[in-house]
Amino acid sequence: MKTQTIIALKFLLVMTILTGIIYPLLMTGLAQLGFHSKANGSLIMKDGKIIGSELIGQKFDSTIYFWSRPSAIGYNPIPSGASNYGPTSDTLKKQVTARRVLFAKMNSLPDPLLTPKEMAFASGSGLDPHISPEAALMQVERVASARHFDSTQKEKLLKIIKEMTEDPQFLCLGESRINVLLLNLELNKIHQ
Amino acid sequence: MNEAIQLIIFMVLLIVLSPLLGKYMAKVFMGEKHFMKPVFGWLETSIYKVSGLKSEEEMNWKTYLYGVLLFNLFGMVFLFLIQMFQAYLPLNTEKLPNVSWHLSFNTAASFITNTNWQSYSGENTLSYLVQMMGLTVQNFVSAATGISVVLALIRGLTRKTTDALGNFWADMTRSVLYVLLPLSILLTIILVGQGAVQTFSHYVKATTLQGTQQIIPLGPAASQIAIKQLGTNGGGFFNANSAHPFENPTPFSNLLEMFSLIIISAGLVFTFGYYMKSKRQARAIFITMFILFALGLAISLWAEYSHNNVLNVAGSMEGKETRFGVMNSVLWSVTTTVTSNGSVNAMHDSLSPLSGLVAMFNLMLGEIIFGGVGSGLYGIIIFIILTVFIAGLMVGRTPEYLGKKIEAFEMKMAILAVLAPSIVIKLFSAVACSVPAGLAGLNNAGPHGLSEILYAFSSAAGNNGSAFAGLNANTVFYNLMIGFGMLIGRFGIIVPVMAIAGSMAKKKITPVSSGTFRTDNWLFVMLLISVILIVGGLTFFPPLALGPIVEHFLMNLGVTF
Repeated sequence: MKTQTIIALKFLLVMTILTGIIYPLLMTGLAQLGFHSKANGSLIMKDGKIIGSELIGQKFDSTIYFWSRPSAIGYNPIPSGASNYGPTSDTLKKQVTARRVLFAKMNSLPDPLLTPKEMAFASGSGLDPHISPEAALMQVERVASARHFDSTQKEKLLKIIKEMTEDPQFLCLGESRINVLLLNLELNKIHQ
Repeated sequence: MNEAIQLIIFMVLLIVLSPLLGKYMAKVFMGEKHFMKPVFGWLETSIYKVSGLKSEEEMNWKTYLYGVLLFNLFGMVFLFLIQMFQAYLPLNTEKLPNVSWHLSFNTAASFITNTNWQSYSGENTLSYLVQMMGLTVQNFVSAATGISVVLALIRGLTRKTTDALGNFWADMTRSVLYVLLPLSILLTIILVGQGAVQTFSHYVKATTLQGTQQIIPLGPAASQIAIKQLGTNGGGFFNANSAHPFENPTPFSNLLEMFSLIIISAGLVFTFGYYMKSKRQARAIFITMFILFALGLAISLWAEYSHNNVLNVAGSMEGKETRFGVMNSVLWSVTTTVTSNGSVNAMHDSLSPLSGLVAMFNLMLGEIIFGGVGSGLYGIIIFIILTVFIAGLMVGRTPEYLGKKIEAFEMKMAILAVLAPSIVIKLFSAVACSVPAGLAGLNNAGPHGLSEILYAFSSAAGNNGSAFAGLNANTVFYNLMIGFGMLIGRFGIIVPVMAIAGSMAKKKITPVSSGTFRTDNWLFVMLLISVILIVGGLTFFPPLALGPIVEHFLMNLGVTF
């Protein structure tokens, strides 16, 4: 029994070194060599400044931008999280109704219930970088008029949305989606 | 259509690859030649040498169990201490303070028991050092502990008139070196390629397009995510777990992570088949698990796509990510709850009542539908023993499994293993419902509040770790209650399982005859499913009726809380 005790201690030490130090260090080394940008958070730089990460959604509620999804944490990633409201939650019901009404009003939809699901409900991480292509298309009119776009600029915007729509991965995995931050970056380029 | 294709891809991968992995693991654990031996064989011998152990020395059940308990105790103390003192230790880039004693206890209990319940939020609570040297290590060794215990049980069932159940340290070493580590390395690299972060840099400050400050957390995440999935651990690097875009960036990473969390548990069933020298026996167990899994999945999908009269939506997106959509979120929720993984890619608290019920029911059954790595298989073997016993009573013959007589001692131990988690779920939930400290944590009112409490203790007892995460569990009350719940749920089963292993090993094997009650045919599969559902159903129907079931009907009436 005494020998087992000593073995247990030594074994824990060995495993800590192997799986707790060597393994993560080795993986970090490989990741940094093979996928430098992704391993460091897929950061987007502009004029030498970090403006965000491709994968981390940002809050967009201004009329001149495509809106991102509602977030329970207001897109503040420390820490990530969701509303965790249940399916019969009164608070959630009120929130969803308000979001639908707002989205419909701002984008001139005839009925609040036409609001896409992801624009009425908050995401799981609070940092969802995507919306559906439909939700983007519904916002085109508002964005274009807020930016006083002429018809060629609007055409260009529609083309960008089409180009930036990510189809399901390998044709069948996941959903069609569009990255809101990247879309808005492209949008800013049209304006200039 | 797309949904159906994704579902089929997942199921085909599971059915095709689990026998292959099972075969490989059988080679590893039976000491035969395999292709990883030349790669890591030298490491295996050096680990034995450094730890000063003789890998060929077999242990009886008491020595084996002593090793398990001692190793886990030391692991828990170490993990507890590095959290308590993380501020004084290196690799704390964000200068995070020491973790409170009760949260340290909870997280330590959570990770050694392979539960990985998250009372902590990784990105603002734990330093890189704790994540690596504490959580990642326990992700590996708690999974290896599960595999080791089931190997001892399997040897007990398939050997005759012996005390020898194998060497715990050798089983641990082989599980880590030849199964968990190579798969983790592979998965880490693919995940980083998809966008998961793996770095030791500081968190990054960004100025967003709308001009606000956003702090982006980073860390050596991918290496931990890989093993958290493969080892059925489930504790996230980030608070949002695999819903977080850095933890699960794309639909492809989602498929791989979802597949990783079930494949080893499924493979071990076939490994058992090699020990029994009967693929039919293994197939019967696999089919049982698969049917229960598919049934739950069907109910959950139907419920989630049904109309919610309160929110006026079918297939709500609350707590779900756009890139995964509804189907992948439901498939993950069922997969992660049948296995004891507990990682999430969507928030279970916001699932429809019946989808939440399926998740909770999976936990309550004791994590035996594939279940945790190792623990799922020893869990279902307990249910097989129960089933054989009940069938024996019905036909009036001495019950046998694999030619071994099931007697009073084994039955006592099996019942103990079934009761331990049930007691945690019902008793602890009852306490939490009756004291202010328990009710203070609720995020939702009405029947959903009861579900939050019930889910928490089911998750603890089943060593799952997923949550109706609205419950604020980072309080002294919940950290202690859930911490003890997890320990009882883990060791309250391991101890009787090892006792059964020891007593079975001593027995003779009766040769198969025409009078043998067969455990490899459809009749047995149906019996086993019935026993599992009846035991689970009878034990938990009353609280489920008051929680998710009543909520379902109230939702249909449009009632809110």
